[in-house]
Formats: sequence, structure tokens, C-alpha cells
Amino acid sequence: MDTTKSVWLPEQASTFANSVDWAFNLYLWISVAFFAIIVVLIAYFVVKYARKRPDQLATAQIVHNTFLETTWTAIPLIIVMALFVVGMKGYWNMRVAPSNAMQVDVTGRKWAWSFDYPKEGVSTDTLVVPVHQPVRLRMTSTDVIHSFFIPAFRTKADVIPGRYHSLWFEATKTGVFQVFCTQYCGTNHSYMWTAVKVVTPDEFQAWVAAAADPSKGKTPAEFGEILYSQKGCVACHTVDGSTGIGPTWKGIWGISVPLEDGRSVTVDEAYVKKSMNEPATDVVKGFQPIMPPFQGVLSDKEEDALVAYIQSLK
Amino acid sequence: MASTTLQEHEVAHHFDDLEQEFESQKFGMWLFMASEIMMFGALLVGGLFLLYLHPDAFAESRPHLDWRLGALNTFFLLTGGFTMARAAGFAQQREQGKVRTNLILSLLLACGFLVVKTIEYKAKFHHGLLPGHAFHGEGFTSLHAHIFFGYYFVATGLHALHVLIGMGLMIWCLKVSKRVQFTRDYYTPVEFAGMYWALVDLVWVFLFPLLYLVG
Amino acid sequence: MTAHVHDNINYLKTSKGLKSWLTTVDHKRIGLMYLASILVFFITGGLYALLFRLELWTPNKDFLSVDQYNNFFTMHGVIMVFLVVVPGIPGALGNFVLPLQIGAKDLAFPKLNLTSLYLYWLGAILAVISLLAGHADSGWTFYAPYSLSKNPAVMWMLTAAFLLGFSSILTGLNFIVTIHKMRAPGMTWFRMPLFIWALYATAIMQVFATPVLGITLILMLVENFFHIGIFDPALGGDPILMQHFFWFYSHPAVYIIVVPAFGIASELIATFSKKEIFGYKFIAFSSVAITVIGFLVWGHHMFVAGQSEVADTIFSFLTFFTAIPSAIKVFNWTTTLYKGSIELRTPMLYGLQVLFNFTIGGLTGIILAILSVDIHLHDTYFVVSHFHYVAMGTTMIAFIGGIHYWWPKMTGRMYNEVVGKFASLLVFVGFNTVFFPQLIMGSQGSPRRYYHYLPDFQIFHQISTIGIIILAVGLFTALINLLMSLRRAPDAPQNPWGARTLEWEFAETPPVLFNFKETPVVTHGPYEFAKEGA
Ligand code: HEA
Ligand code: HEA
Ligand code: HEC
Ligand code: CUA
Ligand SMILES: [Cu+2]
Repeated sequence: MDTTKSVWLPEQASTFANSVDWAFNLYLWISVAFFAIIVVLIAYFVVKYARKRPDQLATAQIVHNTFLETTWTAIPLIIVMALFVVGMKGYWNMRVAPSNAMQVDVTGRKWAWSFDYPKEGVSTDTLVVPVHQPVRLRMTSTDVIHSFFIPAFRTKADVIPGRYHSLWFEATKTGVFQVFCTQYCGTNHSYMWTAVKVVTPDEFQAWVAAAADPSKGKTPAEFGEILYSQKGCVACHTVDGSTGIGPTWKGIWGISVPLEDGRSVTVDEAYVKKSMNEPATDVVKGFQPIMPPFQGVLSDKEEDALVAYIQSLK
Repeated sequence: MASTTLQEHEVAHHFDDLEQEFESQKFGMWLFMASEIMMFGALLVGGLFLLYLHPDAFAESRPHLDWRLGALNTFFLLTGGFTMARAAGFAQQREQGKVRTNLILSLLLACGFLVVKTIEYKAKFHHGLLPGHAFHGEGFTSLHAHIFFGYYFVATGLHALHVLIGMGLMIWCLKVSKRVQFTRDYYTPVEFAGMYWALVDLVWVFLFPLLYLVG
Repeated sequence: MTAHVHDNINYLKTSKGLKSWLTTVDHKRIGLMYLASILVFFITGGLYALLFRLELWTPNKDFLSVDQYNNFFTMHGVIMVFLVVVPGIPGALGNFVLPLQIGAKDLAFPKLNLTSLYLYWLGAILAVISLLAGHADSGWTFYAPYSLSKNPAVMWMLTAAFLLGFSSILTGLNFIVTIHKMRAPGMTWFRMPLFIWALYATAIMQVFATPVLGITLILMLVENFFHIGIFDPALGGDPILMQHFFWFYSHPAVYIIVVPAFGIASELIATFSKKEIFGYKFIAFSSVAITVIGFLVWGHHMFVAGQSEVADTIFSFLTFFTAIPSAIKVFNWTTTLYKGSIELRTPMLYGLQVLFNFTIGGLTGIILAILSVDIHLHDTYFVVSHFHYVAMGTTMIAFIGGIHYWWPKMTGRMYNEVVGKFASLLVFVGFNTVFFPQLIMGSQGSPRRYYHYLPDFQIFHQISTIGIIILAVGLFTALINLLMSLRRAPDAPQNPWGARTLEWEFAETPPVLFNFKETPVVTHGPYEFAKEGA
């Protein structure tokens, strides 16, 4: 198996990559051949039959040749039918997950991903999977359509609100691989990245154990900082004072914030919690009411941790 | 019968003769109808798809439409189609007066359709059976009844718009009939209004069962 | 024949003043007005591309904000598709040339033709309003539920697209009737120039596919206002249904875009080879075949959208058949050159570019139809490059070639040949520099609609951006060359290219008001160069 990158295709890191790349390269050479034939013929004719005198007519008025027409209908037809079969085989393989696949639930929201492992009972914002283990992603979105794309695995599927769409793969080597959102989903579509970390089964077990209680051994504020990126707040809120999609969190604790409807509120625990659970009630002046509600997504402990974290950002 | 003030129709400059003009216009009209049919066809496919998605919403909502009123409206439209066809027939026989009678009859039937439609709409409004967010109908167990009524209003509304356009065409025919003598070779306006009305009928013939009867 | 007095003066001179143009029903003047409007929007769309391509010079922010970027590619896509390439060749060149090429005095419905133009303008105005009403940023595909976010700019855009669709339907209807009913004596179906066949196939798609776009847009608007829940999953609707509706139109639309360009390519290649086109009937019927197949393949845009696997497989299977009529065209054009008498005038240079670019564009389309490969390539720059090779590289290049070809007939002026050739060379180099790197970048996995990208892809983006600068210089040179010719005295001969179609053989340069001093009688095929005559 060729695992190095080629000019045309990225690194291969899943069981699909070989068959996809094989089809790609096969087709690449077919098209290079056709392209070369056509371009060489055109160039040759243009030079060879260049008009010499202004009123010169074509030297022969050939208008039809049944043999040629049949040939150049039949050959492409055969080729494309072969391509269809190759593509279909590879594709059905991608759609049918093996029964021993490990399940991970994926949620896309503007503009972050989160991953829940129902059996292991952990959640993360970076997908971690064991190598050589089929993994089935059960994906849904809380707002608009996103798409989950791992170039090195040659796989992708749309993530659709109100539906579960699944995707499976089996990683063939350890490492960290880029994940993109490839369905346009608004402002920060091009920032909606994450990674798949492929680890050995032992490392995976160790990771699960550590991830099962992420707050262990941390202060609430430290835990809040983890949640800040894990729960996707990072997509819209900065902690360095610059304005993002939403207001920054730096230095807001205790100050009075003007609201869209003219009122103003003081940032305290109650207000922050309300902002998380029903953000549309108190919309900060100058911002769109686009923050998704986190009611039911955050546990009490997590809410407290986030409050502590915001409080810590002086 | 033809009065003396009526003039003969003049062929437009770029056509060779009346026949070419008439044939062209008729062909154009057919294409336009085909285009409309594609539009309504897609709308109907959408409706069937919604029915497939939410059969419960359709089953629960349908009793709120009165099939008798729908049937009455079907009668109005189809009879109107008949009178329009008669109008086109008389136009070919230069029977200007009968053409007008039939046009007026068709107009009245179309008005009848709209009156019934208004009654139905009013009842829906009264019971809060409105599209989307505006929906506040009572006693529904399905969560998606608003989709049925949303579709109902879009589909019948678009159809009613076509009824209005069809009536506009009839009025136009009445106007032309006062100015120009219809003949065997020139009865284009009446023919077109008739074709258009056939389209209005056709669409209704599909909408009626989908909304009032099926399931 | 009616005894109409023909106005035997050049159509540009029959009457004067702005009003005479705005109320004209002469297909030639309407064609010119379309041409001017379309060029204005082509330049606008191109400027958007220039700006956002400059922004892509580095992976992070250069001078546009994220929202501006998203707005710009949306405006670029919508303008280019709905205001430039879809109405482009039929509206401008089709309008001007169609009646001349079949020997008619005008289109069947001149007033309807003017109505189409006004609808086009109205749509254009709404598109501009949408610009002022905030920023539309849904992409040209308007996917729900994102586009349902009540953004008023998106709503204006939807309405604009609706009107433009209506305009397109009326143009198509007009063309079909004209071709069926208004051909000159002796103009049999198989003596029609291939440009006419192409317009005919296009018109069929315009009449039958565009209404589906119409109803889609109506439903989207209603959904936006009343939240019916047809497409919005939050209300129980189905966003995939919206995609089916959209692509049911928009796939045939890509053939609405490209088939007229095939027509122009056929004219150019035959005329500048002074040779009868090879396989006339095959080329003519392949346009019709593309039309028919084009209606059955829309699902290939949705291979990762979650339609059923069976549907994916069927759509993939059907999609491959589009290769056959396209292959037939490409091979017949190439063979036409064999033993021809080839003259590389400016229009021919564009004609050959069409062959070159379409081969790449078409071949990259086929790879997208291979199911397993498309899963990887979908929504990457590979797709972007594919459709620019066909939409810009084929359609717009053919359009520009066609403008150069019919320019003498439209205006009575010859442009500078040397400058014209030079510009076409720049366009060729520039275009391929923009889009070839995108193929590699795309298959490497670079997603489209990305403001912010991986540093690995920077080199491809930079080459691409240099490309558009070369391309823009080339296009501007070509445009200025054409415009400069207007300052000269009328000097174009009646038939500068020695073509055999009616507009060159029978009509004056520029044509008279009703096209011909007397109705032409056709005695030979459109490309019978060997036969005596004229
Ligand atoms: C403008 C015109 C145009 C044209 C003509 C085409 C032509 C084709 N297109 Fe393209 N396409 C678009 C415009 C166009 N497309 C656009 C705008 C999009 C993206 C929209 C968006 O998402 O924003 C798109 C996207 C698109 C996709 C979806 C990709 C994705 O999003 O994942 C697919 C998939 O099948 C596809 C396929 C094809 C095919 C098979 C053809 C065929 O018709 C090509 C046939 C031609 C040839 C094959 C070349 C000539 C033949 C030979 C030289 C003979 C030898 C050939 C073989 C043996 C194969 N196109
Ligand atoms: C269909 C027609 C069409 C045409 C012609 C073009 C033309 C161009 N397009 Fe575009 N493009 C689209 C349709 C088109 N595009 C669509 C549908 C999208 C998807 C949008 C979406 O994602 O929603 C897109 C997206 C798109 C992207 C991807 C953006 C992203 O995903 O983030 C890029 C990136 O490079 C790009 C670049 C260009 C460039 C460089 C040109 C150049 O070819 C432009 C050249 C033009 C000029 C520089 C103007 C100068 C012109 C003249 C002076 C006139 C000359 C006149 C005569 C000679 C008579 N386009
Ligand atoms: C999609 C973008 C987005 C995401 C994701 C997001 N927010 Fe927000 N947030 C906003 C916007 C916009 C506002 C301002 C408007 C408003 O008040 O609703 C806001 C306001 C707030 C405020 C009030 C800030 C102030 O200055 O008064 C708090 C607190 C807050 N968000 C917390 C969170 C937390 C905690 C998370 C993650 C668990 C989060 N947000 C995720 C967009 C987002
Ligand atoms: Cu999420 Cu794009
Ligand atoms: Cu397509």
C-alpha cells in the first residue's frame, strides 16, 4: 500500500483510501490519454492544414464516416460503464458498516463538532478512535446542514438537522488527521475544523479513562476552559477581548451590559446561566440573536464551571 | 350577430399569413401550458412527498376540509371548461353574440368558484387552521398539521391566482369581441382563454383528491 | 406573402434616441441590449471574483471580513449563473442571430421578447436591491435551512432569481415557436445551422425545467414568510426535498448554459476550416440527447446528502451517459479540422480554446460521477474547477468567440485582428492558470467556500490569484479592442469570413430592419463550402 502523498491525493489513512485512489488514478490516466489524443490531433491539424491562400477551400469535404462514429460512441460507452461499476462497488462498501463497529454520536452545530461515546460514556471535541477498528458515526446537527469530511480517510457525509446520517471508516494508521466542515453553514464555515486522533487500542483505553471525568483534579475554572472549546463556545466568543460573532468574555464579569431592547443587565451568575440556556431573552446590543440555546446540553456542573471560567477572565 | 362596426383582424408584420400567425401563437400557448404543468407538477410531487412524510397530519387535517364544497367547486370549474369550449366553437362560426353569452357564463362560474373558496378560507381562518407559526388549531394530536394547512394554502392560493388570470383572459376576450370579428381563421383569444381554463381545470382535478379525498 | 414595405435601411439607423431602443421590438436591437447588460454583469461578477481571489492570497484575513467573503462568492455565483451564463448566449447572440440564420423577419413574438428583456432587467434590479438590503450569503444553491434564516437579502435574491427564470422561459418559448414556424423557404430541419439546433435544445430545457425552479423559489419565499415547514426540519419539513427541487432545475440549467456554446463552437470550427462539419446529424442530435439525459441526473449533486444508496447508484449510472453525446461532439469537431483549410482568426482561436477547455471540464465531470470518488471530491475545489472549465472555459469563451464572430454583422465594424489574437492568448493562459491548480488543490482535499484554509494550500491559491489577473487583463484588452472599433467608420464587408449561413450570405452588414431585403430562398446546407453560390 502506498501511504505517501501523491501530487493529486492526500495521505491515505483508512481502508477506503486504496480503492478510491485506485479509481481516481485509473480515471486520471484514461482522461490524460483522451485529452492528449484530442489536443495532439488538434495541434497537428491546425499546423498541417493551415490555410495558405485566402480563398482556399478545404481539400476534401468529408462529411461522414459510420465506422468512426460507431467507434467513438462505443469506446467511451464501455469505459464509462466500467467506471460506474468500479465507483458503485467502492461506494456500497462505504455505506454498509460492519456489525462490530464502535459507535460514536456526532453533533454539528455552528461552528463546532462534539463527539459522544455512548458505550464509553465520554464526550469530546476531537474525535479519538483506535486504529484498525471500524467506527460508525451517527451524526446530526442542531441548526443547519454541515458536512463531515476527513480527506485522509476519503470519506464524507452531510450532517442534517432532524435526521441521523451515518458514516463509517476503519483507520489504518495512527496519527492526527484533519476534519473539515464542507457544507456551507454560515459565517464561520471555514473555521469549523477539528481532528481525528487515531491511537493504539491501549492508548484509547487510557484516554477513555481520563476523559470519563474531565473535571477530575481540576478547578472549576480550569474545567470551564476545557468546556469553552469542547462545547463550541470558542466558535463565537473570544477570551482575549476582541469581538467575534458574539461578545468577548474577557472582562465582562460584574460590568453592566446594554441590551438590544434598551435595558441593561449586570453580568453575574444568574445572567450568564440565562444567557446559556435561553440566549434569545437578553440579546446584547450590537449582536444578532444567533446563539444556540444550550439548555439540556450542559450539566449543572458544567454550567458552574463555565461561570467560574468567565469570572476568571479579568 | 356580427355588427357592422366590427373590423377584421390584421396579421402582424413579421408573419406571412393568418395561418402562420395562428399556428405560431397556438404552439406558443401549448408550450406555455407545458411550462405551467411542469410547475404544478412539481408542486403536486411536493404535496405527495409531504403526504408520505406526515400521513398522520394529513389524515387528521383532511376532515377539516369540506369535500362537498370542494366537489361544488369542481363542478363550477368543469362546467366553466365546457362553456369556454362552446365559446371557442361559436367564435369559429362567427356567432359573436353566443360567444359573449358563453364567456359571461364562464365568468360567473369562475366567480362562484372564488366565492366558495373565500367561504372555505374564512372558515380556516376562523378556526386558526393557518400555515406554520400562525397555526393555532385545537384538538390536533399530530405535530405537523400546520404543514398540511401550509401546503393547502400555497397550493390552492397559487391555483386561485390562476383562476384570476383565467378570468382576466375572459374579460379580455369580451373586450376583443366588441372590436374584432371572430372568424374561422381568427378566434385566437377565445381559443387561448379556453386552453388556459383547461389548465386551471386540470390542476384542480389533481389538487382536489390530494387535499380533500385521499387517505 | 403580404405586401409589406420593407424598410431598407440598416436597423441601427431606422430610428434614434433612447426611447426608440427601449420600446423596440426588433430582435436585433433587443439582442444588443441583452449583450450590453450581460457584459456589465459579467464584469461585475468578475470583479467579485477578483476581490475574493485576492483575499485568498494568504490563509487568514487580508482585506475582506469573513462575512464579506461569504457575501462575495454568493453574489459572484448568483450573478454569473442567473444574470450572465443562463441568459447569456440565447439572450444576446441567440436573439440577434436566430431569425437571421433561419431567414425570418423576427422572432414569432417580438413583444414577448421585449417582455423577457424587461423581466431580466427587473430581476437584475432586485439582485442589486438584495446587495443593498444586507448581504446574501447562502451560496448560489440557497440550501435550506440555512437560507431560511430570514435574511431579507436572500429573499430579494430569491425573487430576483424567480423573475430571471420567468424571463428565461419566455425566451425559450419564443425560440421554439420561431424555429418550428418561421423558417424561410428551403430551410429544412437539416439545413439549419448547428447553432440553431443548439438553441432549440436549450429552449426545450428552458421551458420544461425552469418552472420547477419557479415553484422551488415560491416555496422558499413562502417558507421564509410563513414558516410552513416544507423544507425547515425544525418544523417537520425536509431540507433534502429542497435540494431535489433545486437540482432538478439546476442540473438541466448547466446544459442550458453549455449547449448554446456547443452551437457557437460548431459554427466557428466549420467556418474557419472552410469545411463541411463532420457528422452534422450526430452533432445536432447529440444536443437533443444531452437535453433528454440532462433531466434524469440531478441527483449526482447529492451523493453525500443522504438520499438512499439506491438513488445514488441510479443517478451515478445515468450521469455517465452524458459522456456519450459530449464525446460525439468533441470527436466530430476534431475530425472537422482534418484536411480543412484552417485560418486562425480571433474567433477561431476562441473556438479552439472551447475544445481544449471543454475536454478538461467534461472529463473532470465524469470523475465526479464515479460514486466512491465523488464522496471524496464533493464540495472541494475540484468541483469548483470542474464547473469553471465548463461554465467559464466553455460557455463564456464560446460567447466571447461568438461576439468576435458576429461583431461585424452587429456593428458593421472590424476590430483589430492582432490585438484580438493577443487578448485571446492572454485569456487562454490566464484562465488555465486560475483553474488548473484548483483541480490539484481540490483532490488534495481543500474544501470550497473557505475564507480560511490550511497553509498547505496557499501556493495553489496564489497561482490561481495570479491567473485571474492575467485573465482580467486579457478580457479587458479584448473588450477595449471591440469597443475601439466603434469609433471607426463602418468598414466590415458583408461576409468577412466567407461563411455559408444566411446571416452572412444574404443579410447586409448590418442587416436592414426586417433582416432581408427579400425573403431568402435556401438552396444549400449551412456548411456546403464546395458548392457554388454567393
Ligand atoms: C456549466 C455547465 C456544466 C457542464 C456542461 C457539466 C458537465 C458535467 N458535469 Fe458538472 N457541474 C456544473 C456544471 C456543469 N457540469 C456545476 C455548476 C456544478 C456544481 C454546482 C455546485 O455545487 O455549486 C457541477 C457539479 C457536478 C457534479 C457534482 C459534484 C459534487 O458536488 O460532488 C457532478 C457529479 O456527477 C457533475 C458531473 C458532470 C458530468 C458527468 C458532466 C458531463 O456532461 C461531461 C461530459 C463531457 C465529457 C466526458 C468530455 C468529452 C468526452 C470525451 C473527451 C470522450 C472521452 C470520455 C470518456 C471516456 C469519459 N458535475
Ligand atoms: C457560471 C459562471 C461563472 C463564471 C463565468 C465564473 C467566473 C469566475 N469564477 Fe466563479 N463561481 C461560479 C460561477 C462562475 N464563475 C459559481 C456558481 C460559484 C459557486 C458559488 C457558491 O459557492 O455559491 C463560483 C465560485 C468561484 C470560486 C470559489 C469560491 C469559494 O468556494 O470560496 C472561485 C475561486 O477562485 C471563483 C473564481 C472565478 C474566476 C477567477 C472567474 C473568472 O473567469 C472571471 C473572469 C472575469 C473578469 C475578470 C471580468 C472581466 C470581464 C470583462 C472585461 C468582459 C470582457 C468582455 C468581452 C471580451 C466581450 N468562482
Ligand atoms: C453561534 C455562535 C455562539 C455560540 C456557539 C455560543 N455563543 Fe454565546 N453568544 C453569541 C452571541 C451572538 C451573543 C450575543 C447576543 C445574545 O446575547 O444572545 C452571545 C452572548 C453570550 C453571553 C452573554 C455575553 C455578554 O457579554 O453579555 C454569554 C454568557 C454566552 N453567550 C455564553 C456562551 C456559552 C457558555 C457558550 C458555549 C457553551 C456560547 N455562548 C456559545 C453567540 C454564540
Ligand atoms: Cu459547518 Cu460548514
Ligand atoms: Cu449536475
